[in-house]
Amino acid sequence: MHRLIDDNQDSPDEMTELLKSQDNDTIIDGPETSTDGENISSNAAATASSHSRVEAIDPQDHETTHRHRRNEQPDEQRPLNIEHEEIFKYGASHVVKLFVPVSLCMLIVIITIKTTSSYTPGGATWAYTPFTEDKSTNTQRILFSLANTFIFMGFVITATVILILLYKFKCYKIIHGWLILTTLMLLFFFLYSYFSSISASLNRPIDMITICFITWNIGAVGMFCIHWKGPLPIQQAYLIFMSALLALVFYKFLPDWTGWLILGVISIWDLIAVLCPKGPLRILVETAHERGEQIFPALIYSSTMVYMVTAVDPPPREPQFAPDNVDTNMAVNVDETLNEEQRNQRAAIRNNNARRQLIPRSDVPQTATRREPARYVVERSNSPVIDDDDDDEKGVKLGLGDFIFYSILLAKASALGDWNVTIACYVSLLIGLCLTLLLLAIIRKALPALPISITFGLVLYFSTVYIIGPFSAELNLGQVFI
Amino acid sequence: MTIMECAGCTLIAYGVPFSMFVFTIAHHPFRVIISMTSAFFWLLSLLLSSFLWFAVVPLRTQLAFAVPFAVIFQEIFRFLFYRLIKKAEFALQRVQMQELTDKGMVFDRFAVAYASGYGFGLISGTFAIVNVLSDMTGPGTLGIFGHSQDFFIATAFLTLCVILLNTFWGVIFFTSLDKGGIHRFIGPGTVVLTHMLFSCITLVNRTLTPMYTISLIVGYAILLGMIIYTVVLRGFNLNNIRQRIN
Repeated sequence: MHRLIDDNQDSPDEMTELLKSQDNDTIIDGPETSTDGENISSNAAATASSHSRVEAIDPQDHETTHRHRRNEQPDEQRPLNIEHEEIFKYGASHVVKLFVPVSLCMLIVIITIKTTSSYTPGGATWAYTPFTEDKSTNTQRILFSLANTFIFMGFVITATVILILLYKFKCYKIIHGWLILTTLMLLFFFLYSYFSSISASLNRPIDMITICFITWNIGAVGMFCIHWKGPLPIQQAYLIFMSALLALVFYKFLPDWTGWLILGVISIWDLIAVLCPKGPLRILVETAHERGEQIFPALIYSSTMVYMVTAVDPPPREPQFAPDNVDTNMAVNVDETLNEEQRNQRAAIRNNNARRQLIPRSDVPQTATRREPARYVVERSNSPVIDDDDDDEKGVKLGLGDFIFYSILLAKASALGDWNVTIACYVSLLIGLCLTLLLLAIIRKALPALPISITFGLVLYFSTVYIIGPFSAELNLGQVFI
Repeated sequence: MTIMECAGCTLIAYGVPFSMFVFTIAHHPFRVIISMTSAFFWLLSLLLSSFLWFAVVPLRTQLAFAVPFAVIFQEIFRFLFYRLIKKAEFALQRVQMQELTDKGMVFDRFAVAYASGYGFGLISGTFAIVNVLSDMTGPGTLGIFGHSQDFFIATAFLTLCVILLNTFWGVIFFTSLDKGGIHRFIGPGTVVLTHMLFSCITLVNRTLTPMYTISLIVGYAILLGMIIYTVVLRGFNLNNIRQRIN
């Protein structure tokens, strides 16, 4: 047991990150069910966590130092089967942990669209896509849609660049305040309009007092849960609901062709921004890397929370491995956060899951047994040290922007009323997510989460609408089962 | 009333598969992923079949042309999925062993075969029935202009049959290929033949007043045969069963 505890204490080194949960508790608790998992963000490679996880429960490896060194070795030096082991060992439960919230978000969006009529597109246009699509010819329509797309992307890129500049010049308070404001608007204003449209569609009048009471309560609890502390399931529910709300808003205001073009262009932008050496998100990662900091509060869905972070105090020998581990973790985490940042820009409205704040190091509560370097403290500081045996599951993380765009794609797919299209797009989105996580575990670099899923979704959408649809309709009509 | 019918048909078609999911697949994330991936493979096979159907324009109404090719494509993709699983098998086994030993359970390739067949079946049945279900809730029903009134319920039962059949076909296919020897040909051969038989029999449903009894009986007979074959393939025989009962 002592050795296990040592391992646990080792793992925080490698796993201290923005929203990473700890292996510790899982190990201390003994054999875990499928609830164990690591934090795998959509963009972050699962490497660091996989390493620690594998090492932590691998009974044959008795050398903790050896393990740490092995952690830092490049991948090629490690035997392939160990890589596979790490990829698959914790991949399955993580992927499913991401399937569930993504599916829930999509479900909320689709149910709202099918039951209410106020979230259908066509209506007021908004400033981000000023051109309407009621044009006489298709060419004109395409041209104006392209114009809309570029204007929208202009907003997104500008917001990303501003964010990066703010981060580079250490204006953390501004960023933090901005995020809080956007969460505020989302939680109160959009929630209110959501309730209004629901009551209008269901033809049930609700008085102002009830609506205000409900909105105030939900909004206030949401602000608490997202920006401060709250029970994990409630926070997850809020994040999913906020993503669904945002996706609905997008779906309502984006014209038809513009929406498809935006989905495509944003996947490409995601690819460029994260992978190109001069890409803004990559710059952000490197800056954070240099400073050895968290990027800043991001919109990330996490299935386990910070609570577990300080369950076990690291042993004194940890600091020597800390820098490398921190770096790996940082890179991993930071990338993930970055992607989320970028997502936020796009949405132009932030909902928030800022568990980790940029707090000055002096604010960090120092316990007597803590001997970690300050870097760790910053990462973990906000999390209260709660029960050691609670919340010991490992978790996964996915950026809320991914939720939003997946839901937008599915909402547009369901607009036709053909359930085959919806289901085909749903399966392809989830498979894309699965593949992305697999790729992350293999390549172990920052990867964007959107491109693969959106590509699959788009391909399957258009092929199902135009090719599979008629075939399937013909089969259904004659009740022929292939 | 239409909602009742829709709910009834949904439960008929999805009741058993849903229970299968809840009890055997939901708590095993690995099986969930396998099912999803095999569903995606089925979608790809359907895409190919639709391309073929779409391309041969004059024969679009003659489903008898497209259906055998659809069956063949499905079985090809089932085989491709088997190859994919084989490639990742080493790593997959490590995963499964760890996850399941943690739970105190032990299993083998059977679960992968089962999950893959289930995924295939679920998406196949879904594509066959989900649009019918959504139309069912609308006003009116079938049977007014001389069409058969049993359209909906026959579709629901046939969907259930398809889902279960695909599950067993998956198990037979993968298990036979794993066994090697003569089973490598008998197993997949049986699967392809019975699949072709089932689909071609459902072509009979296209007449104006179809006799659903034919396709239903044939379908469920094939299902029974597949169950027995699977059980035999997995190593049970009468003695085993007698011992277990007594």
